[in-house]
Amino acid sequence: MENISRRQFLQGAVGGGGAFGLATFGFDASAAAQEVRELKIQNATETRTVCPYCAVGCSMIGYTIGGQASNTEPVLVHIEGDPDSPINGGTLCPKGASTLQLAVNQRRPEHPMYRAPGGTEWERISWDDAMERMTRWVKDARDDHFIERDDEGNTVNRQTGFSFLGGATISNEEGYFTAKLMRGLGTVYLEQQARV
Amino acid sequence: MTNHWRDFKNSDVILVIGANPAENHPCGWKWAHVGRDERGTRIIHVDPRFTRTSAIADVFVPIRAGTDTAFFGGLINYVLENELYQQDYVRLHTNASFIVAKDFSFEDGLFSGYDEAERTYDTTTWDYERETGSAEEASPQPGLGQGVGPIATPSFARVDPTLQDPRCVFQLMREHYSRYTPEVVSQITGIPEDKFVAVAEEFGATGTADKAGSVVYAVGLTHHTSGVQIIRGIGLLQMLLGNVGIPGGGVNAERGHANIQGNTDNAISWEILPGYLGIPRPGMETMADYLDEVPAKQLRPNSINFFGTNYGKFLVSQLKAFFGEAATADNDFAYSWIPKPEKNSSWLTVHDEARAGRLDGIIYGGFTGVTVGPDSTRMAESLANLKWLVIMDPLPTSASEFWHAPGTDPEEIQTEALFLPATHWIEKSGSFTNSGRWAQWKHQVLPATGEARDDNRILGELYQRLRDLYEEEGGAFPDPVLNLHWPYADPNNPGLEELAQEVNGSNLDSGEQLATFVDLADDGTTASGNWIYCGSWTEDGNQMDRRGVTDPTGIGYFHDWTWSWPLNRRILYNRASADADGQPWDPTRPGIQWNGSAWVGDIPDFPATSAPDEGQGAFIMTGEGVARLFAPKNLTTDGPFPEHYEQTETPLDNLLSGTRRNPAAFLYEDAPASFAEDDAEFPYVATTYRVTEHEHYVTQNVPYLVEAMPDFFVELPVELADEKGIDNGGRVRVRSKRGEVEGVALVTKRMRPLRVGDGKVVYQVGIPVHWHYAGGKGEGEAAPMMANLLTPYIGDANVRTPEYKGFLVNVERA
Repeated sequence: MENISRRQFLQGAVGGGGAFGLATFGFDASAAAQEVRELKIQNATETRTVCPYCAVGCSMIGYTIGGQASNTEPVLVHIEGDPDSPINGGTLCPKGASTLQLAVNQRRPEHPMYRAPGGTEWERISWDDAMERMTRWVKDARDDHFIERDDEGNTVNRQTGFSFLGGATISNEEGYFTAKLMRGLGTVYLEQQARV
Repeated sequence: MTNHWRDFKNSDVILVIGANPAENHPCGWKWAHVGRDERGTRIIHVDPRFTRTSAIADVFVPIRAGTDTAFFGGLINYVLENELYQQDYVRLHTNASFIVAKDFSFEDGLFSGYDEAERTYDTTTWDYERETGSAEEASPQPGLGQGVGPIATPSFARVDPTLQDPRCVFQLMREHYSRYTPEVVSQITGIPEDKFVAVAEEFGATGTADKAGSVVYAVGLTHHTSGVQIIRGIGLLQMLLGNVGIPGGGVNAERGHANIQGNTDNAISWEILPGYLGIPRPGMETMADYLDEVPAKQLRPNSINFFGTNYGKFLVSQLKAFFGEAATADNDFAYSWIPKPEKNSSWLTVHDEARAGRLDGIIYGGFTGVTVGPDSTRMAESLANLKWLVIMDPLPTSASEFWHAPGTDPEEIQTEALFLPATHWIEKSGSFTNSGRWAQWKHQVLPATGEARDDNRILGELYQRLRDLYEEEGGAFPDPVLNLHWPYADPNNPGLEELAQEVNGSNLDSGEQLATFVDLADDGTTASGNWIYCGSWTEDGNQMDRRGVTDPTGIGYFHDWTWSWPLNRRILYNRASADADGQPWDPTRPGIQWNGSAWVGDIPDFPATSAPDEGQGAFIMTGEGVARLFAPKNLTTDGPFPEHYEQTETPLDNLLSGTRRNPAAFLYEDAPASFAEDDAEFPYVATTYRVTEHEHYVTQNVPYLVEAMPDFFVELPVELADEKGIDNGGRVRVRSKRGEVEGVALVTKRMRPLRVGDGKVVYQVGIPVHWHYAGGKGEGEAAPMMANLLTPYIGDANVRTPEYKGFLVNVERA
């Protein structure tokens, strides 16, 4: 049993029905198959992800409906632990079990915002404006604080004008990309939400 | 972790310390329960608080926060004096036999080389004696090609295999820890002496070849000025007991965020480049200088020194990934373009620079500055002194909203800010690496919310715009900016699949993805963004996306499920799971074993066909070829052996020496004035922690979790609450020298008064970290509820992890 994945198991149960089901499991799984068809996730698309909280790395399945046709977006209807995973075996903790509310969350800001010096509110701005400002800030900070040689004449090629402090819920690929870009700009103040 | 989550089921005894996995890592911790049910795994829990982990443990040991080095020192002493250590393992796999240089000394809490004015050590004397003449006799290290300059010839360390020389590591260690008697350890830690001895006997019993003991820890051990040395204490203990490299053993850190492991591997960390290559220091003008100073040197004839020998290949391949065709042998592979920091540049330093007005801006890509503290008030001052702040985050944070926090007048804050809505984990693919080093690919489930953009899209476009500006208007040293290797299909939005392949690396002549870092070269013919991930995306595709569920060895390796670094190895240092003849110490629990022609079992952490009778050292990542009980020069800032010091704020003198606090912990400007010198005004020891319903701060955005655990609270011992007239469920105010918080009093027997020193009673107070003004019930609330308003602005002497655990407070009824 340990060597059969969950998908193979379900295929055996649902697809096999009568004789195959009896032979495999010792009972007739066709009634159970009927039940499966009643579930809200029956027609959902299964997509595999990993829990965003602690570093156990629980495998998760996200169930979405829709999103196949043009002008429609998938709706996330359920998230559960992936029973195939040798790490979590389908289980999730209270945080993992409620990730649907993190994924679909009304508190998500939907557009870039700017806050002026002394300003009392966020103001909506376009991505183009936001990126233009950010680029100017970064370039000026780098240009104003770039040191090619230190006082002892050592080649150091570092900028100390700005810092990048990353999170710990971005992927390896984003992390590597950040390190490559920031070191390429000469950044020494490069850290993430480790040591916290 | 040296091991991994499922491996807990293979342990005979698990020592959990400074962690609460039953609440904070429940789905990984369940494998300890499986072990308990299947093989009778015993669980010992050491913590200031009785938690749900304690509830399922066989033994609960209360401890005063921050005294873990004394605890481990006591265990080391007990194991040595009672000869519980695994003698053959220690001789074979550690540097116990190495002779330490004559000038090394230790006196009254200070190792040789201390500079009191600078509060730093010159570590030169923390070294081995060398064999006479070996420098000439030793052969040059193999495997380095052209283009990286000469490598110094090795000089071998002198050893005494009998372990009798008074200057050998074993004898020095025995002498060092002889001071850590059960009586003194009890007085320091508050653990009753008989309880300490019982734990020492039970865990010490895993020092036989047929027993496996695991130490599991989390930030309860790292959040100290001596955090690194506490963890080294685990390493020493586990090596003495023969518990490293074996199934069911290990030094196992439980990490708190989904990809904290992976983003450390990939070096969003000031002191390293991807793959734990050290950041160059000023003065290392050429790659040859760098390779002469940074990599480990071969210190014994039988040491493979794999890492040290191949360092140049890993770095050159990384520079090829960074700078592509602009990195050539003629320009030292663009080595000089890598920035060389002047000083420690950890995030404590970053915020200190900001507070002093020396920094223009910070980009927070998921960091929550104010809440993470330490000393949240000081952190907010840092942000207020910036010219600009960019927040890339899916949700508002304490940092993004700092300028209108309760009690703050926005008009006084001149920091310009941008909030850039980023996509969340479920809106993109990519891999997360868990605590056990398993890199698991996830697939995009949902499209972006609103106008949210992937981090890569934001940074990719930032780069394209910067590049355009440098071309148009010039600027400071544009060469590295203009020459960053940018082969991505959409230059504004590098794809995660493209990047995963770049991280893995390829042969630049054939264009083929590499399957192992053994094939990396230092002549510019290979590129690999991060050598330890080489093998994660091969010609056979994305290995991190594999879903095989077979476990043919029965040990729980599951080699076909995703992929673990390095090379899909599931237990690090697994050569040490076998004896000199290549046979498992415990045949029922083999790690790897020699079958006559190859090592089989787990993926070997060793050359696959190096026969045991060749006698090569098991620890291929060290120059010694063995594990280091004594950490020689340049490896730590505060000592080759872990030594107990009191916390920055402490109710006690150091009972082991006249050096009260860690003498090498860096003191930031103005910070010492905010530390309580003694316990007169602030008599109680406070420690911060987390609850199962929340993860740091982001879960204040999740309604179910806010409902399940809505309120900030403070956990107090019954006896202290009685003294102060504080009722369970009433309100309590907690003050430190830096700030105050107020919340519901949780009066409990779970935190017991401890007797320390000559009978002094110490109360401990528990403060969960999750509440703040930018979400949940704390939103807009005037009552301060950020735990880190209380914590001191000081970090570990080595890595600057703040001292969130074990600081002094006072409490009163509110």
